Amino acid sequence: MSDEFVTITNLDAHYGDFQALYGVDMHIDRGEVVAVIGANGAGKSTLLRSISGLMPNGSGQIKFKDADISGLRADEIAHLGLALVPEGRQLFPSLSVEENLIIGGRLQRPGPWNLESVYALFPILAERRNSPSTALSGGQQQMVAIGRALMANPDLIMFDEISLGLAPIVIGEIYSAIPDVIGQGVSAIIVEQDISKALSISSRVYCLQEGRVALEGNSDTITREAISQAYFGV
Amino acid sequence: MDWVNAIIQGTLLGGLYALFAAGLSLIFGVMRLVNIAHGDLIVFSAYVCLTITTSLGIHPLVALVLVVPIMAAIGYGLQRGLLNKTLGTDILPPLLITFGLSVIIQNTLLQVYTADPQKLSAGDLEIASIKVGSLAVGMLPLLTFAIAVAVIASLQYMFYKTALGRALRAVSDNQEIAQLMGLDKRHIFGIAMALALAVTAVAGVLLGIRTSFDPSVGGGRLIFGFEAVIIGGLGNIWGTLAGGVILGVAQTIGAKIDPGWQILAGHIAFLVVLAVRPNGLFPRMSA
Repeated sequence: MSDEFVTITNLDAHYGDFQALYGVDMHIDRGEVVAVIGANGAGKSTLLRSISGLMPNGSGQIKFKDADISGLRADEIAHLGLALVPEGRQLFPSLSVEENLIIGGRLQRPGPWNLESVYALFPILAERRNSPSTALSGGQQQMVAIGRALMANPDLIMFDEISLGLAPIVIGEIYSAIPDVIGQGVSAIIVEQDISKALSISSRVYCLQEGRVALEGNSDTITREAISQAYFGV
Repeated sequence: MDWVNAIIQGTLLGGLYALFAAGLSLIFGVMRLVNIAHGDLIVFSAYVCLTITTSLGIHPLVALVLVVPIMAAIGYGLQRGLLNKTLGTDILPPLLITFGLSVIIQNTLLQVYTADPQKLSAGDLEIASIKVGSLAVGMLPLLTFAIAVAVIASLQYMFYKTALGRALRAVSDNQEIAQLMGLDKRHIFGIAMALALAVTAVAGVLLGIRTSFDPSVGGGRLIFGFEAVIIGGLGNIWGTLAGGVILGVAQTIGAKIDPGWQILAGHIAFLVVLAVRPNGLFPRMSA
């Protein structure tokens, strides 16, 4: 058995006539943190939507723990231990903070995460557990979104632009929690516009450009020049 | 005293309208589906009850033990087998399909039961009343109102205090993200329709005990249901009860002025609310 945990082979994705991904090849190893960077519209969010099953995929394009998940629905994939922290947080507005967390854990997969451990990670959420999720600040909402994904005790967690729209000090707070989150043998894919944040937290990085993988490398050895070139395609 | 009587009778009638409306409100709230066939499903429930009471010789309210699960099962099957396929970004297909369903149900009932008016016989309950001062309040309207309050209280509890309610609210809020929580929306929608038709079954049986019915009366029940939902405010289940009561009182007061004005007065009350408070009197509360 290979060490590859997630294997993406020749992945295409379409929105109607518009093609968002072109033959993307990618792999994530067990326990590895991989960053995906790229400009707006490069296909980063589409990639995460494809992996999580929110976009239809062709057969054999996505393997998770040696099983082909390309044809599964999003709810079936969630059962296998894959969680997404979606762009823009997307909490359930008619659920309280605690209900948002509980519904994240409704599959009751075994693991370290439960209400207590999420509240220990983000103590402010314990104070606001009965508030409607809409009453929270952006940073607190992001904590709920992360907590909701953790409650599923996933084997792979995907973060989509978790710093988007947050104040720098809040971003620092969120990112300081990430090592705790992924330190437990969980694999992670981090999609991020903030390249230095993405590189500091990941071991490998992929750069997408207009739906194609333009660059792949180790986060600590990759050069700024290579990234600029892959980012902007100059 | 006649006016007080009209208001009391209207309030109790409002309980029945709230039951018409609750199922409609529930499925619109969860899946943004406007069910044109809702009124016909109410009438259909009454016919299911008629068949059960005549073949088993039991009281219609006892027959609810069978009618409710039968309608719930039909609801789940209908949703999974047909209505789920119509749901998407476009709101037109479910309207057209449920309109077609309405035609099919009416004609099937006509074929099976003929156009003769039918009635569910509840024996002494139909004429029993209790004295309140100088007024006589019918047991059946009182019971109907009590059942409506109980049904709405249970729906409220289910929505806000149980795991199922949490799942229904989550799917209603954001279908995609709810799927990421492992919720199969096709199944959740099926359950929502099953619940809606279970309530519809209660409404249909109480309707059939109260008045005579034939296959063509579904459309009118649909309108009353819609009006109660809109008056009360979409997404507020207690508001639906208030909407039903306002509609019922408007109708009985209209009938008091002139018997021909009963239905018209209800529609006028609805139009006034729609003009003054387009979102209804009690729009969606936050949890």
